Amino acid sequence: MTVAVIQFGGSNCDRDTVQALESVGVAAELVWHEDDLPAEAEGIVLPGGFSYGDFLRAGAMAAHSPIMDEVRAAADEGTPVLGICNGAQVGCEASLTPGAFTTNESARFQCEHVHLRVENSETPWTTQYEEGEVIELPIAHGEGRFEISDDRLDALEADDRILFRYCDAEGNVTPEANPNGSKHAVAGVTGESDHVAVMMPHPERMTLADIGGTDGSGVLSGFA
Amino acid sequence: MSTYTATVTVQLKEGVLDPEAETTREALERLGFELDALRAADRFEIDLEATDSEAARDRVEEMAERLLANPTIHDYEVAIEDQ
Repeated sequence: MTVAVIQFGGSNCDRDTVQALESVGVAAELVWHEDDLPAEAEGIVLPGGFSYGDFLRAGAMAAHSPIMDEVRAAADEGTPVLGICNGAQVGCEASLTPGAFTTNESARFQCEHVHLRVENSETPWTTQYEEGEVIELPIAHGEGRFEISDDRLDALEADDRILFRYCDAEGNVTPEANPNGSKHAVAGVTGESDHVAVMMPHPERMTLADIGGTDGSGVLSGFA
Repeated sequence: MSTYTATVTVQLKEGVLDPEAETTREALERLGFELDALRAADRFEIDLEATDSEAARDRVEEMAERLLANPTIHDYEVAIEDQ
């Protein structure tokens, strides 16, 4: 399995993601967004950062980058795709996943550790966890508040498409534990099929025991 | 072909929280102004040539749908002006 980590102008978690993937035994390579998706790519990460300076809306410009047509086609054929942070915003803007990530309730950029409750442990991204398990990952975003219509959120929940919700250390989903005002505390969702997923917290920043912990390794192991 | 200016106004749907607008409202109150609410919007002015105003509107509405607005969270309005 070789995972293509797509570099847009302004991506800045791309190289971290390659290292993190390698730490869980997954080969990875950087792919510049103006180049073609390599034929051997068996997985795709849309990494974090500030693609196109967050012009218009975070992720809006990168979502229409030509390589995204290839990403969409690969996803349709079953290639696993994970969007992290800015990559999550790109994924939603590109309609790979539902909803939108918009300005934090605080109207501020927030960089802090959060707790997440695993809502569905039967996706490739969460099979390493137990349902209800609480993990700790960092967030670093100004536009991470999940928004979607009530009807569509009801449908997502009914279809078990919520990956993670923000919670406290004990796993309670409370307004205080929701860092950005996300609707129903949603921190990550899957696309129509669960091999496509996006999340605002950074699993790649929690894959090495020496620098904080390995709570994020399970997510990246979805590519293994 | 005629030349038109299209004005696209993109605004968060009613009920979607706008923290920047809320912060701006609070700043106005700190300056001593009295107000009940503040709503912000993005406005785009687009010059284009089209066979008629309907064709101009169709093209600009597609621009709004595909990029200028995010239909998940935004409503938009298009006004077409003959130059």
